[in-house]
Amino acid sequence: MPDQTATSASARPGLTTLFHVFAKLGITSFGGGLSGWMMRECVQQRRWLSEDEFLAGLAMSQALPGVNVVNLPIWIGYRMAGSPGAVVSALGVIVPPMGIVMAMAATYGFLQRFEATHLALQGAAAAAIGLSLSMGLRSGYRHIRKLWPACMLAATFTGVGLLHFPMIEVLIAIAPISIALAYRDVRAARANG
Amino acid sequence: MDDDILLKLVLIMAPLSLATVGGGQSILPDIHRQIVDVHGWLSESRFVADFAISRMAPGPGSLIVTLIGWQVAGFWGAVICTFAMFVPSSLLVLALARIWARNRGAAWQIAVEKGLAPVAAGLILAASLTLFRAASGGWLAWLVAATSTAIILRLAVSPLILIAGGACVFLLMGS
Repeated sequence: MPDQTATSASARPGLTTLFHVFAKLGITSFGGGLSGWMMRECVQQRRWLSEDEFLAGLAMSQALPGVNVVNLPIWIGYRMAGSPGAVVSALGVIVPPMGIVMAMAATYGFLQRFEATHLALQGAAAAAIGLSLSMGLRSGYRHIRKLWPACMLAATFTGVGLLHFPMIEVLIAIAPISIALAYRDVRAARANG
Repeated sequence: MDDDILLKLVLIMAPLSLATVGGGQSILPDIHRQIVDVHGWLSESRFVADFAISRMAPGPGSLIVTLIGWQVAGFWGAVICTFAMFVPSSLLVLALARIWARNRGAAWQIAVEKGLAPVAAGLILAASLTLFRAASGGWLAWLVAATSTAIILRLAVSPLILIAGGACVFLLMGS
């Protein structure tokens, strides 16, 4: 498996770029695929951080209090440009959508009368599922080729997705085991080379 | 009087910030209790409409607090509610990000990152399943979702085009 932890500090984005990217992600995310969208933008297209770094940030964003789609930009923003980077990234994902949600509230009574509004939003939300699912499949594929990561992935998916256990409890049960197994691998790799 | 309401809003939202998990749905019952039942600032139907709008709108779903603040106390109510909702939890993440940056390359940190990656992949897949189940529009929604998944995996097309495409398909089929 290629080592992806060593990925570039190649192009560190400035504050303006961070704000723009997260504002764009914020105002174009319909129907809940926002973290999949962030992964596409920050990992696949801009290569700001490796997939493992992103996924670790995502898991921590979900485990910590707060809304994960706000926590994750803070995490990434800090990695890219320190505290100012964290602040502008959070503002980017919060403030522009604030304007939109207020505009929608102001026109809701009007728009609600049209069947087309509901249909268009349903269709947009359905298409947005593809973002989340494709990211899940892509990162899942990387992990099913090794035994313990595949087990951890399957256990998490089963607990949260199929059995509907609370996410935090599943994380508390599985993450320590997964990290311990990874630590054993890291130690072994360092001892060998 | 006005300042009093703003202060009350902060005192309601800020503690809830630290009680939020995942997508922010977990604190809705508490917000509802405080805003509708305890203080009577909004009617039940207004709250339900706000919830529907915040789900439809792009961005973090918890922007329902922006709407609540706006309706309860105007522009500054919206600003203050939003910040009270996000700042406390954000400071916590920032603190962890700093600890992370100071220990770059430590064996434990690489282990945490490598260990959490497959767990996060499982979470994304579980979230996708939830979205699939919750999608309204029946087989058409599933078809659109499956098609957009296949397209994203194979082509470097902009997600925005897919989103617009999904909306168009529904408009054509539904009318």
